[in-house]
Amino acid sequence: MKNPEEIFELLKKEFPEAILGIDKEAPTEPIILIDPPQIKTISLFLRDNPELRFDSLMVLSGVDDANGTKVKDEDGTDVISGGTLSVYYHLHSVYLKHKITLKVSTPRGNPQVESVYNVWRTSDWHEREAFDMYGIIFLNHPDLRRILMPYDWNAGYPLRKDYKNPEFYQGMKVPY
Amino acid sequence: MGLLDKEFSDGNVVIAKVDDLFNWARLSSVWQLGFGLACCAIEMMATSASHYDFDRFGVIPRNTPRQADAIIISGTVTLKMATRIKRLYEQIPDPKYIISMGSCANCGGPYWEHGYHVLKGIDRVIPVDVYVPGCPPRPEALLEGLLKLQEKIRNESLRKKTV
Amino acid sequence: MALKTETMILNMGPQHPSTHGVLRLELELDGELIVNVKPHIGYLHRCFEKHAEAMSYPQVIPYTDRMDYLASMYNNFGYVIAVEKLLGIQVPERVEYIRVIMGELQRIASHLVAIGTNGLDIGAFTPFLYLFRDREKILSLFEMTCGARLLYNYMWVGGLSHDIHPDFVRLTKEFINYFRPTITELNNLLTFNKIFIERTANIGVLPLDTAINYGVTGPSLRGSGLAFDIRKEDTYSIYDRFDFEIPVGQGLVGTVGDSWDRYYVRILEMEQSLRIIEQAIDQIPDGDVKAAIPKRIKPPKGTVYTRVENPRGELGYFIISDGNLNPFRVKVRAPSFVNLEVFGELCKGHLVADVIAILGSIDIVLGEVDR
Repeated sequence: MKNPEEIFELLKKEFPEAILGIDKEAPTEPIILIDPPQIKTISLFLRDNPELRFDSLMVLSGVDDANGTKVKDEDGTDVISGGTLSVYYHLHSVYLKHKITLKVSTPRGNPQVESVYNVWRTSDWHEREAFDMYGIIFLNHPDLRRILMPYDWNAGYPLRKDYKNPEFYQGMKVPY
Repeated sequence: MGLLDKEFSDGNVVIAKVDDLFNWARLSSVWQLGFGLACCAIEMMATSASHYDFDRFGVIPRNTPRQADAIIISGTVTLKMATRIKRLYEQIPDPKYIISMGSCANCGGPYWEHGYHVLKGIDRVIPVDVYVPGCPPRPEALLEGLLKLQEKIRNESLRKKTV
Repeated sequence: MALKTETMILNMGPQHPSTHGVLRLELELDGELIVNVKPHIGYLHRCFEKHAEAMSYPQVIPYTDRMDYLASMYNNFGYVIAVEKLLGIQVPERVEYIRVIMGELQRIASHLVAIGTNGLDIGAFTPFLYLFRDREKILSLFEMTCGARLLYNYMWVGGLSHDIHPDFVRLTKEFINYFRPTITELNNLLTFNKIFIERTANIGVLPLDTAINYGVTGPSLRGSGLAFDIRKEDTYSIYDRFDFEIPVGQGLVGTVGDSWDRYYVRILEMEQSLRIIEQAIDQIPDGDVKAAIPKRIKPPKGTVYTRVENPRGELGYFIISDGNLNPFRVKVRAPSFVNLEVFGELCKGHLVADVIAILGSIDIVLGEVDR
């Protein structure tokens, strides 16, 4: 069993460029920041290293950081431009009983993260959900479709902070 | 019913209005489509199970719309589901009845404001006969809704269109 | 000469009596054998996470009720623990005890539905009626406490909405005495019934390494033989004070990890829940259940991920606070959502009729899958 700082040191030694830092301000549990294209390599390392053995991905969550600038678009509503979207990975080792949180941030205009589908199969639907809700593209995901919203939903990504609901969907009025 | 008892004691000829006879038959065996949506479906299951016993009012779940008389819309209707419910409704033969169970099916319930994927009321898609309020309605409330539906059926006439 | 054949697509759901709600399965069949299963979900997507961002922290609690509507108490439990951790507050002992008792009663109620519908799906109607009879008894205990039968909004951040009724302790003890023999009755009626065993033993075997890689938790993982329970593993509230065991699947009538094992783990778990309630019910200390409820809930900036052992598995809440009255982001790790992913894997090579037996044994609630 290792604590997050030890895991961070181990990763830092192994991948000096891909590990961007650690955020350990209370009440937050420590979060290791990672370069988006490297996430798969690091995940494989975390899973297969005999000292770490992170064999289970508890949850993968997309987050809209809403740290861009607010601009008005042509019909007068606020749209966020710039900034980042993030993905959090909460990992857990069933046998060694330690936990760690990883975070990648990717630009809002072109959000792309390497998929961890081949590392933990749990991530399949979680990545589809993050795509559905935030429009984050997971590279090399075999089946990246919408999962919760209808397949023909074309009004954007609902959990983004600047999402606008459409007036109608297939002839049904959407707002109250 | 109180309609047939006298006639039976005098002989074996039944005299009744066709309307009354049809309505009596219809209201005593409202077969519902065996179909649950959300939390209210659990209360609907509880209503059909041992304590409340929907069966004593002639309500039996039928699993195909083509043999059903009524749908109980038990729960939140999402936009993705609404088109399917419409199709199920269209597959039920006339006369057909809809009980809208719970706030979500009535008007969107707690999801009315921010529910970007929730249909705010099933009556935007199909016509509703009885609304049962509650989140979720107690089984007693659903039974009351059924009694109201029976009352409605009792007053129907073959001369008018039902829907 | 081999005959040229092709597979057939069969659609199952979203309106189907055995899909436990509005799940749609796209089955690819070779004759009656299943080649592939594609679940389509989202027919009950009620935008929980959007609502959580628009509501203040206490206002989110009723929405957590409506996610897993068979285990509302436990959903409250997980959420309030997460917010309390973010706030850094301690709740009174009395509250902890009542929460554990309610949580375990809820676990029994939820397993009763899971077992009942599992039997119902494969043709056993009577156990369903028996189990709903018993479930009503638990619901009346809840109703007595907080006035609701199904969706309680009972656990609040720092406390409870109501104290327990003066009769609650007595009636709960009566319930325990009543319920123990009915488990035996259930075993005679359904568990060791020849037909039931034929339908579930060796069906849908889930090997342990697959289960871990897919992130399966709860009775489905324990059915595969790993004693993994968050109540012991990553203990929360006061679960470390109670003596209980973690039942695992042993392959009594078939292979370890088959549908019957997952089913039987639930039966054994109900027994353990009774044990926990028995230990807790006599120790409830006096006190005020509303004393620690903060007037204004405004957690500091930060993130928190907590997990609890819901009747279906690991229920996690990931909350990001930006220091305002509303959460910035709430992500729910719903056990059913994750457990359903492995479903396609389990069905391969089985018959169409086995699909519902397997689905019943992993026990999903669509409200939680779609949130």
